[in-house]
Amino acid sequence: MSSSIMDVEVTPKVVKEHGLKPEEYDHIVKILGRKPNITELGLYSVMWSEHCGYKHSRALLKTLPTKGDKVLQGPGENAGIMDIGEGWAVAFKVESHNHPSAIEPYQGAATGVGGILRDIFTMGARPVANLNSLRFGPLTDPKVKRLFAGVVHGIADYGNCMGIPTVAGEVVFDDSYSENCLVNAMSVGLLKHDQIIRGKATGVGNAVIYIGATTGRDGIHGATFASTEITDESTEKRSAVQVADPFMEKLLMEATLELIHGDLLVGIQDMGAAGLTCSTCEMASRGGAGIEIDVAKVPQREKGMTPYEILLSESQERMLLVAKPGCEQKVHDVLAKWDLHAATIGVVTDTGRMIVKENGKLVADVPADSLTEAPVYHPAKSEPAILKEYKKFDEATVAVPKDLNEVLEKLMADPTIASKRWVYRQYDHMVRSNTLIRPGSDAAVIRVKGTQLGLAMTIDGLGSYCALDPYEGAKIVVAEAARNIACSGAQAIGMTDCLNFGNPEKPEVYYYFDRVIAGLGDACRAFGIPITGGNVSLYNENPTGAIDPTPIVGMMGLFQNVENRVTQWFKKEGDFIYLLGEIGQSIGGSRYLKVTHGKKTGLCPTLNLETELKLHKSLKALAESHLIQSAHDCSDGGFAVALAESCFTGVTHEAQVLGATVTLLGTGRVDARLFGEAQSRVIVSVKPSDAVKFEEIVKKNGVPVERIGVVGGAEMVIGSEVKLPVVKLADLFFTSIEKTMAL
Amino acid sequence: MAWHVSVYVTLKPSVMDPQGATVQRALNQMGYTHVTGVRVGKFTELEFDGSLSEMDVKKQADEICDKLLANPNTESYRFTVEKK
Repeated sequence: MSSSIMDVEVTPKVVKEHGLKPEEYDHIVKILGRKPNITELGLYSVMWSEHCGYKHSRALLKTLPTKGDKVLQGPGENAGIMDIGEGWAVAFKVESHNHPSAIEPYQGAATGVGGILRDIFTMGARPVANLNSLRFGPLTDPKVKRLFAGVVHGIADYGNCMGIPTVAGEVVFDDSYSENCLVNAMSVGLLKHDQIIRGKATGVGNAVIYIGATTGRDGIHGATFASTEITDESTEKRSAVQVADPFMEKLLMEATLELIHGDLLVGIQDMGAAGLTCSTCEMASRGGAGIEIDVAKVPQREKGMTPYEILLSESQERMLLVAKPGCEQKVHDVLAKWDLHAATIGVVTDTGRMIVKENGKLVADVPADSLTEAPVYHPAKSEPAILKEYKKFDEATVAVPKDLNEVLEKLMADPTIASKRWVYRQYDHMVRSNTLIRPGSDAAVIRVKGTQLGLAMTIDGLGSYCALDPYEGAKIVVAEAARNIACSGAQAIGMTDCLNFGNPEKPEVYYYFDRVIAGLGDACRAFGIPITGGNVSLYNENPTGAIDPTPIVGMMGLFQNVENRVTQWFKKEGDFIYLLGEIGQSIGGSRYLKVTHGKKTGLCPTLNLETELKLHKSLKALAESHLIQSAHDCSDGGFAVALAESCFTGVTHEAQVLGATVTLLGTGRVDARLFGEAQSRVIVSVKPSDAVKFEEIVKKNGVPVERIGVVGGAEMVIGSEVKLPVVKLADLFFTSIEKTMAL
Repeated sequence: MAWHVSVYVTLKPSVMDPQGATVQRALNQMGYTHVTGVRVGKFTELEFDGSLSEMDVKKQADEICDKLLANPNTESYRFTVEKK
């Protein structure tokens, strides 16, 4: 194989195997003024794949709001960065590792975490928290159990070995993700303003240095692989599996931060998808420069690797950096101290070209910009007929169940709603000792040591709403994430998104994509939240079609004083319980409709952006005046589930429980009032002595509010409809996933 | 009479082996500087009763390796069958 690949002739068949369309190939010929050789074809193939080139999504992504006075770095770099005051900044980003995880769950998820961590520390930030968003098929499927267990284990091992807490996340189980799980990993890092560094190569003659693990044949064409549908055939494409080495990454992180903070570098970029190819051409392109490298100088793990293989390898835990003039030796000294492989493999030039040699012999010579400027497509879109069907759904055809206690019990145990304790108990969420609100509340909170500042963070997605109404669903995803931040008492300042969709070349999928982007953009503009970066994962298809359109939103919130934080559970007997917002009127698109009646249809809830914003403002004002004891938003399972979740803490093993007795507001069908998922609603508890002041602030902000009951007792009672011991609800909620996994 | 099957599971050559690399580094630091490569794998012994033919034992052992003992994504395996 090693000698033969160089001799491969570039035929239409070879071009097709590289995932390039004939017109794209013609374009390459035009750029080069000649036929590319096989190595050059490989470069274009990975850089023009959807994963690196965003060719089907770039036009729409440009419509999203990315600016704001706190934004220090927007999209286009390894991660976005925002100012949080006192000279500090936060770097954060979410990224998908769906396809590798579907093939090899443990390694796929672990390398996903490794990749996103590198994105953070390459910007000069020290990672301080991880989050993740996971989607699988139904948990009763043995195949899903294996995937779920493997993915969680992979995330846990990587984060735990690195000593970075995994503080929040979400998991959804739905048929739509059968055979195509979603694994989206997010990381958050802290840095000082003057520590920001970017992935650019400048300064003719500056040394280009390779650091980290050795290069092997693993993961060749991973990026191209991520841009095609998973089929039985691709489960055989097993060379795409990369093995994670968190201990190596830990060394890489410490060395990288020492180099950056020691001011020894011009630029740095991690080698993720498309490996050495992507890092060299992107750094050259951003710096408006050229790069010349010799692949023979790259530290290799296997013998006889061709330039093609070295350039396209996706071996993990590697970085490319450009040293400042005169600093090359110092860089090597730091790397030697951390026991890392390092090699000067080339220099920065002013030619604008990416030139690759092997022992001095030219093997590739292409304009660096041309690799980073993949063609932009505007695929056809057409509204799926099924969307009209959903709208025709008549709720009157669904009978209201007689035993609503039983319905609630079933919902509490539904794996999508139930506590994810089985998951987060495997994660070290306290390491670094900054975690103030652990997993299990609406948002996790960490402190910025040495200051009063705090960060609230959450990750959310609502694929089932987006499937029913992509525009409204996307708005709700942003609103729910921001609401989670608001419930914790913080101000949402910025967001990162990971857009998981099916094949964009199918007009119906592209219609969803287009509407979701519109919804995300409108919600962000209304809330004044910029999007600072993210990732697109397309070609996610299950055997019956595309997955539910699933935008995942990672939201960052800021506390000026972290002592203002609020958790979701009730604190004291006798506290008043209030509902902010309106009681539910509809069961359309609800988890209840799915779990109890087996239907995924109807109109998903609608969202009024103004109402939502008023709610966020009240919550922040209430938290700052210490007028609320707890705040929890109503989401999956509606009012009844949210009330139950407020009755116990998500933290302790032996759940601490506090009952509640409330009236059921409203008229109309009782299941809609209990389990409907109307938006912009929060359950709060308030000390009786604060009630007057509390109501004043809420009313001043124009938020509907009603005192519905009181905390206390051993039961949760809602009107005459629901009456259950809290310990029973807690048991169902906390042990459901554990019990299913033990079967 | 019984069958004794020895199963060797190793990482595929193209798959990185952080454990092996760590062992190698340790050996080199201990002064075994001539060690230039280490790959760590797993060794499993299976006992079958004597009622199966050698061919059936091989067939079942192969299935066992493929389904449970080895991860076909990253590992390859081989085994030997002995009469005891």
